[in-house]
Amino acid sequence: MMRKSQRHLNRRDLLAFGAGSVLIASSPLRSFASQAELEQARRELFGDRPVTEGRVSLTLPPIAENGFSVPLSVEVDSPMTDRDFVKRVAILSPRNPLPLIAQYHFTPQSGRAKVDARIRMSGTQSIQAIAEMSDGSLWSGSQETVVTLAACVVL
Amino acid sequence: MASIRLAVPDTATAGEIVEIKALIRHPMESGHRRGSRGEVIERDIITRFECHYADEQVFAADFHPGIAANPLLTFYVRAAQPGELRFEWTDQNGQNWSETATLNVT
Repeated sequence: MMRKSQRHLNRRDLLAFGAGSVLIASSPLRSFASQAELEQARRELFGDRPVTEGRVSLTLPPIAENGFSVPLSVEVDSPMTDRDFVKRVAILSPRNPLPLIAQYHFTPQSGRAKVDARIRMSGTQSIQAIAEMSDGSLWSGSQETVVTLAACVVL
Repeated sequence: MASIRLAVPDTATAGEIVEIKALIRHPMESGHRRGSRGEVIERDIITRFECHYADEQVFAADFHPGIAANPLLTFYVRAAQPGELRFEWTDQNGQNWSETATLNVT
């Protein structure tokens, strides 16, 4: 009698433990960033200055099979002279755990405001690039990429 | 631990814009992953890359966990005078790795 009830309890415990561990495993460490968090990251970097769409071309594959490494290319239309050059470019994500992916700093000696890199993407999203010119103006470009295998799903 | 690979042209003409590739082997552990026993794998990333040309910084990058492992960068430098290009990576703990290359300008 005693043994029987104990076995029953054990199975319940085991089931509860199993369900609990599934919950723990499926809950992400951090919630995903949202468009609002992207806006906040943008404000922290550039303040409340207006951003105009254009001059920044962002190239990402339309479909990325592996979110762990997605080729990204960003180029800003600028003469890159001592008087008129790109100071920095920020790459922002509306869906990764952290909205800011990278920042690139240029000088007139860079000659060309273009960078190729490889980024992580935790799902289908529209990556945004914001460029700050030497005159302080801000320009942006974006590109939508469908991610079939997200970087945060497969551990 | 970290190994560096560079692609820098041997020679350039004055004023030419040269393409440079710089890669460092590094896991760029994001801190968002869990191990096989559910434990959090701690963040371990390179946070800064700088390229100096003739002792002047010409290009730099700030990396965050959204950068893929073994970060590879392709960027550009305007060749002016013959000089040394120095590439430096720094991780979150301040450890750094650097490599140099000579650019012959004709």
